[in-house]
Amino acid sequence: MSRNSLLINIAKTHVWARRKQSAIAALGVTFGIGTYITLMSFMTGLNGLLDGLILNRTPHIRIYNEIKPSDRQAITLDPRFSDSSALHTIHSIKPKKTLSNIRNNRGIMTELAQDKRVKGITPQVSARIFYQSGSVLLNGNLIGIDPNKEDALFQFHQYVIGGKPSDLAGNTQGVILGAGVAKKLSLKVGDYIAIRNAQSKLIRLKIVAFFQSGLAEVDNLQSYAQIKTAQLVAGENTGYVTDIHIKLHDLEKSAAMSAEINRVYGVSSIDIKRANAQFETGTEIRNLITYAVSVTLLLVAGFGIYNILNMLIYEKMNDIAILKATGFSAGDVRRIFIYQALIIGIIGGILGLGIGFLMSYGISKSPFETDALPTVKTFPVNFNTLYYVGGALFALITTFFAGYLPARKASKIDPVEILRGQ
Amino acid sequence: MLKVRNVSKFFYDPIEVQVLKELSFEMKSGEFVSVMGKSGCGKSTLLYILSTMDTSYTGDVWLGDVHYGSLSADDLAVLRNEQIGFVFQFHYLLPEFSVLDNVMMPALKLGKKSRQEIEFDARKQLRLLGIEDQAKKMATQISGGQKQRVAIARSLINEPKIIMGDEPTGNLDSKNAELVFEIFKELCQVNGTSLLIVTHDEDFAEKTDRVIVMADGEIISQ
Repeated sequence: MSRNSLLINIAKTHVWARRKQSAIAALGVTFGIGTYITLMSFMTGLNGLLDGLILNRTPHIRIYNEIKPSDRQAITLDPRFSDSSALHTIHSIKPKKTLSNIRNNRGIMTELAQDKRVKGITPQVSARIFYQSGSVLLNGNLIGIDPNKEDALFQFHQYVIGGKPSDLAGNTQGVILGAGVAKKLSLKVGDYIAIRNAQSKLIRLKIVAFFQSGLAEVDNLQSYAQIKTAQLVAGENTGYVTDIHIKLHDLEKSAAMSAEINRVYGVSSIDIKRANAQFETGTEIRNLITYAVSVTLLLVAGFGIYNILNMLIYEKMNDIAILKATGFSAGDVRRIFIYQALIIGIIGGILGLGIGFLMSYGISKSPFETDALPTVKTFPVNFNTLYYVGGALFALITTFFAGYLPARKASKIDPVEILRGQ
Repeated sequence: MLKVRNVSKFFYDPIEVQVLKELSFEMKSGEFVSVMGKSGCGKSTLLYILSTMDTSYTGDVWLGDVHYGSLSADDLAVLRNEQIGFVFQFHYLLPEFSVLDNVMMPALKLGKKSRQEIEFDARKQLRLLGIEDQAKKMATQISGGQKQRVAIARSLINEPKIIMGDEPTGNLDSKNAELVFEIFKELCQVNGTSLLIVTHDEDFAEKTDRVIVMADGEIISQ
């Protein structure tokens, strides 16, 4: 019989002979890991949902034409005032008349599509409209999109109820109507809605689905249609694009790239961080809380495990002395107790992984409804295998040390030191 | 076989006491020696030092050619395992294991024989001591006298060069004490095993080859 299998056998016998205490020690591991996995999965799931609310629907870079005064006023063309040190004062500066159409939008999109940083680009057409019901006219906004691209890049389907974004594809007569508008006008999917454009021309569109973002001010105004439809409503030709939305592979590059676009193409652009400065702060704080909670949990569980195993080993002092007296070395004794601790750690750990998964699964099936995400019906849970690997490693490492430290101390003592005291 | 030179031992807690005072003696191979003396005269302490279980002493001890002081803790463990059989005053069995497992343990540790051979040897020892029928019982389920005999069987399992016993027959009735003595005697005569037995039993001591008498940490006759 090899040395290790003998030592493992002794360890197994010890664990089995003290099933109750071993089970309690293993349960300590189980609960530590189970709650760690559950909390991490749940908290990061919620964080992901909250982040997604912003990240998914906001383009990393948005290109548009901003209405603003010219950067260079005519007076600076006069040689006497061209020097920036020369003082001049202009009263009542008026904004420059700008077309909403992005000039050369096709060229810009083709060029950006080849940029390695870019994940995808969607053009949009925004048109001011009125929703009409009898004599009532409601202010509104029709946005022309490419439904499939919009869904692929910005999870458009998460805000669409009663139908799918793809119902819009290939249907130039269709509209995804804002849920607020639909409620006000008592409309349902399949109904027709009359809209008037800025030129008061009447157009009828068929409702294929509703759009609900959870923000009343958006849902009461905004509807979606195909780009072609929106261009028609705006009374413009097929080259007309008012916004270009860009999604990058790496969010962090958005600010630099936005500035670059602004410089190269001479268009206005805004990056996600500038558009949602409060978002990053919120994410950081939530992550900090998640890490603080998980570290605390692991620390508390670790100390609990250490405590129980420590006690278990000190109760076995006599056996240590007997084993040493009959010829087992300090290393043998250490291994016996490390194996014991690891047996407890492995059993408790596997149970902990199972319980963590079951609890996470239970949470992920619990109902959770929010107006902001009409398609979400249950709590979001992040089933990341990393937490399971982390939990398993933690179980092994803590139990190893919880066995090793007292065993090392005990193994160094002359057997007679232990026996004489009795 | 066993050579002891100027061995001294102090206890420091609660006050400094010299329990062994410059002890020196020798034992020949195959000699059956008993040690007598009043309680507290240092018999057990001496035995623990000679069995390598206590390493804090001054002086020198050799078992054969092996000098204890030159060995590491691990080497001492190997020496205990292979060459020294020890029977404690209190049996000291592993409570989680069966009688048979307790006897087999030192041999399993030594690892020179297969499990079957070891089990065969262990059963033979238990049979000699009249407790083979208890082999499968847990060590906690047998009587004090039986435990003592299990501990003796355990000390014999690796066929050590020397067996040391701290009152091994102290818990036994006269019939079983006699049985143990006969086993020791036979080991001594047939296998040439050396025996160093601490005892209070004068009948037992008289029958041994030599009696070492101790008092206050010194040998007063041998």
